Amino acid sequence: MSAARSWGASYPSASTPGSGCNLTGPEYVSRFIRSAQNLGVECLLRTTVLKASLDKRILAVNGAEGILDLSAKAVVLAMGCRERTRGALGIPGTRPAGILTAGTAQRLMDVEGYMPGKRVVILGSGDVGLIMARRFAMEGARVLAVVEVMPYPGGLSRNVVQCLDDFGIPLLLEHTVTRIHGGDRLEGVTVAEVDKLRKPVAGTEKTVECDALILSVGLIPENELSRDMGVILDPETGGPIVDENMETSLEGVYACGNVVHVHDLVDHVTASGEIAGRSAARYALGEPPRLKRRLLVKPGANVRYVVPQVISGEAPVTLHLRAKRPERYVAVKVGGELSAFRRAVKPPELVTISLAKRVRGKEGTVRVSITKRSKR
Amino acid sequence: MRADVAIVGGGIVGASIARELSRYELSVILVEKEADMAFGGSTKANTGIIHAGYDDAPGTLKGRLCVRGNALWPRLAAELEVPFERVGSLVVALGGEEVRALAELKKRGEANGVPCLNVIEDRGRLLDIEPNLNKEAVAALYAPTAGIASPYEMAIAMAENAVKNGARIVLQTKVTKVVSKAGAVRGVQTDKGLIEAGCVINAAGLFSDEVSATAGVGHFKIAPKKGEYFVFDKALSGLVRHVLFPVPAQLSKGIVVTRTVDGNLLVGPNANSVDDKRDSATTSDGLEEVFAGALKLVPKLSSQRGMIIASYAGLRAESNTDDFIVEAYEEPSGFVNVAGIKSPGLTAAPAIAEMVAVMLEEAGLELREKEGFNPHRRAIDRPVRRQSVAEAEQLIVRDPAWGHVVCRCEHVTEGEVVEAIQRGAATLDGVKYRTRAGMGRCQGGFCAPHVIRILSRELGVPVTEVTKRGGSSRILPYEVKTLLRRGENDSPRS
Repeated sequence: MSAARSWGASYPSASTPGSGCNLTGPEYVSRFIRSAQNLGVECLLRTTVLKASLDKRILAVNGAEGILDLSAKAVVLAMGCRERTRGALGIPGTRPAGILTAGTAQRLMDVEGYMPGKRVVILGSGDVGLIMARRFAMEGARVLAVVEVMPYPGGLSRNVVQCLDDFGIPLLLEHTVTRIHGGDRLEGVTVAEVDKLRKPVAGTEKTVECDALILSVGLIPENELSRDMGVILDPETGGPIVDENMETSLEGVYACGNVVHVHDLVDHVTASGEIAGRSAARYALGEPPRLKRRLLVKPGANVRYVVPQVISGEAPVTLHLRAKRPERYVAVKVGGELSAFRRAVKPPELVTISLAKRVRGKEGTVRVSITKRSKR
Repeated sequence: MRADVAIVGGGIVGASIARELSRYELSVILVEKEADMAFGGSTKANTGIIHAGYDDAPGTLKGRLCVRGNALWPRLAAELEVPFERVGSLVVALGGEEVRALAELKKRGEANGVPCLNVIEDRGRLLDIEPNLNKEAVAALYAPTAGIASPYEMAIAMAENAVKNGARIVLQTKVTKVVSKAGAVRGVQTDKGLIEAGCVINAAGLFSDEVSATAGVGHFKIAPKKGEYFVFDKALSGLVRHVLFPVPAQLSKGIVVTRTVDGNLLVGPNANSVDDKRDSATTSDGLEEVFAGALKLVPKLSSQRGMIIASYAGLRAESNTDDFIVEAYEEPSGFVNVAGIKSPGLTAAPAIAEMVAVMLEEAGLELREKEGFNPHRRAIDRPVRRQSVAEAEQLIVRDPAWGHVVCRCEHVTEGEVVEAIQRGAATLDGVKYRTRAGMGRCQGGFCAPHVIRILSRELGVPVTEVTKRGGSSRILPYEVKTLLRRGENDSPRS
C-alpha cells in the first residue's frame, strides 16, 4: 500500500542509483512493482494506512474501497522519510511564499512542472539539495549559493562535483541562513558565518536577494505508525531497531529502506527491502526466522550508528555504519577485530562492511569502531 | 453596494459582530482587505485561549467582556461545530512572593464574577493534576472555566454562519475612508468603490486607529505588540493537561504552555513593541526568550527542541488607552469603534458583538429578530479523523475523494480540501486554516503539491496563479522551461 498517486513518486529524478543504471525514480520503482504484480501481489496506490496494531491489524483508507481492515501474518514497514522543515530549524523572519524543502521542490518541478523562483538560495548540502541546485541551474534559474552549516558538504562528493562545481555554483561551508525577508513573496535571506559551535558570528551577515529558498537540511524516518504499533526505535537512526533479517522488536514486523535509517544510495534501500520481503514471506509461511543467537551491534569510536543493530554472528551479514566525523585512512573494527580498511569516511556516505565469518561477541555485544590507521 | 451596517475587518471581532447582527432583519456587509477571513494578523496568530477572566481589573471593559465571552463560548462552539475544550488553566507560582500574587488574582477574578476559582497550595496535588509541571511549583490558581479553541476556525465558522443568515462578505477590499455627511455616517469608501451604510463598525484590528481617524475620531493609537510562538509535534500533546501560565508580568500574561484543540503543544508568546503593523517576523532572540519561558513551567521541554514543527509571530492590536475601546459617538453618529482588542479579545469577541448590537439599537437602529435565523453551521466532515468507519464509508461511496488522503500528517482527504474551497478558501493558507492540510509535522512538504493542484482545478486558474495567501504570494510563478525560452530577466508569466 502506498499513499502516493504513482509508484516511486518520492524519488522523481533519482537518476543516481549507485549501480550505474540510468533510470528515474518512478522507472526504477515501477520495475519492481511490475514484477511483484506479475507474481500476484496486489499493489494499492493512493491508499493511506491510518493505524497498525501489535496484532498486525491494519486500518487503511482509499477512494475505491473505502476503509480497509486487514489482518496480516507479517507486516513490512516501508514508509520512507520526510524532510526537515524551516519550522524544525527555527529560522527567524517572515513567512512568505517561496520557501520549500528540496524534495517538495523536486516533485513540483519534475512531476508537476512548476518552479518556485528564479533566484535561488539552497540551505543545506544534502544530496537532494545538490541535485536541485543543478536542476535549477539547468532550468535557467540563478543558484546564488548552497549554504552549509558544517565544515563539509552533506551530500556525496560526486554530487558536489557534478551538481555544483560543474555549474559554477558556490558552496558556502560553515555558513547558515539567519533570517528570512519578504512580505507576500520571499525577497531575500541573511547569510552568516558560523563558529565552531555552529552559532552565527556577529558582523558576518550578508543579505542575499532571492525569490526561492530551498531547504535540504536532513531527512527524518517517518515512524509515527511504527511508534503507534509499539516498535522500538533507535534514537540515533530515528528508525526501528532491526536484526539482520530486518525484523523489528515486534515479531513478524519487518522494516526496510529509509524508514530504518536514511540511505544515500538506492541500491542499499533495495537490498534491505529484499531481505525484509524474504524474511516476512518466510515468517508468514510458518518458518521461524527470528534469530536464536542475538548479538547487539553497538557504535564505538567515530561511529554514529550501525544497522542492523542485532546480528546472529553466525551468517554472512552486511553492516551499514555512519561515521561521526570525516577521517582519512581508517580501519573499521568489528568486535575488536580488523574488518576493513577505507581510504576515507565521511558522515554523508554510509560505510558498508560485509562480514563473512563468525563474529564473536563479548557478553552479547559487538562494538564497531572507526579508527585512524597508523601510517606505514 | 448598500447595507444597513458595514463592518470593517474580518478578524474574530468583525466575524463575531457579523454573525450577531445576522440574527436581525438588517443588511450587513463585512469588508476585509485580505484574501480570506482571519488573514489580517491577530486572529490567525494568537494563543487560542478562552480565558477565565481573572486577569483584568474589575470595572474594566476587558474584565467584564471576558467573563461574559467565556460564558458564551460553549454554546457558540457547539452551534458552529468549532472545537473548544474547557481544559482549565493554572497560574503557577514558583516562589513565595508569587503565591501572594495568586491570592490577588483570585480576588480580582471573583470580583469579575469568575466562577470556581481555587488556589491549590499542595504541591503533591498540583503534580498529580499536572505531572510534568516544574517540581519547584509551590501553588497555582486553578480556573476550571478557562479553555482552548481554534481562533481562525471560529472566525471562519462565524463568517460562514453570518453569510448563511444573509450577511455579505467582500474580501480583498480595503477601506480607505469612513464617509460621513452632516455629522452622520454614510458609508465607507474602498479601493473598489463606495459602500453606502448608515452604520459603520470599525473592527480593523491593527489598523483600527487609521480607520477611526478617517471618521474624525482620533483619540487613540494602536501600538502593536509582537508575540512569538513555537508549535510542537502532536507526539507531545500529552505533556500538559491545562493551560499553564506563569504569574503575570506587568505587560502581558506571560509565556504560556498549552495543548491546542488539534493536539499540538503550543508555547508563547513574549511581548515586544514594534513600529511596523506588518512586522510579523520571528526573531532569534525572541524565540529563545519564548523557549526559556516555557522551560520555567515545563522543564522537560528542554530535551524536546527537536519536536518543534513551526514557529510564528502575531501582533496584538494594543491601544494606548489600556482597555478595549467599544464606543459609539454623537459625531459622526452611526460610527462604532471596536478597537484595541488585545487579549482576551478571542474570549470576549462574542460578548463584544452583543454589546455592539445593543449600542446600535441605542443609536436608533431597529433590531428585529429574523424569523428564519439558523444558528447552526456544520463543520467540514473529517472522515478519517473524527468520524466512524460507517460514516467514512458513506462519504467515500458518495465521492471517492473522501478516501484520498492528501495530507498524511493530519490525515486530510481531498474531499475536505474541495469542500473548503467550495466554502470560500481560495489560497493555500485558506485551505490550511479550514482543513489543517499543511499544519502537521511535515509543514506541507507532502500535501502542498496536491493542494495547489486541487486549488487550480477547482478554481479554474493556472497553477502559476495559485497563491499562499492572496496578493502577490504566488507559490509557483513559473512553468519549467519558460526561463530557458524567455531568458532569465523576463518578468514572471501572468
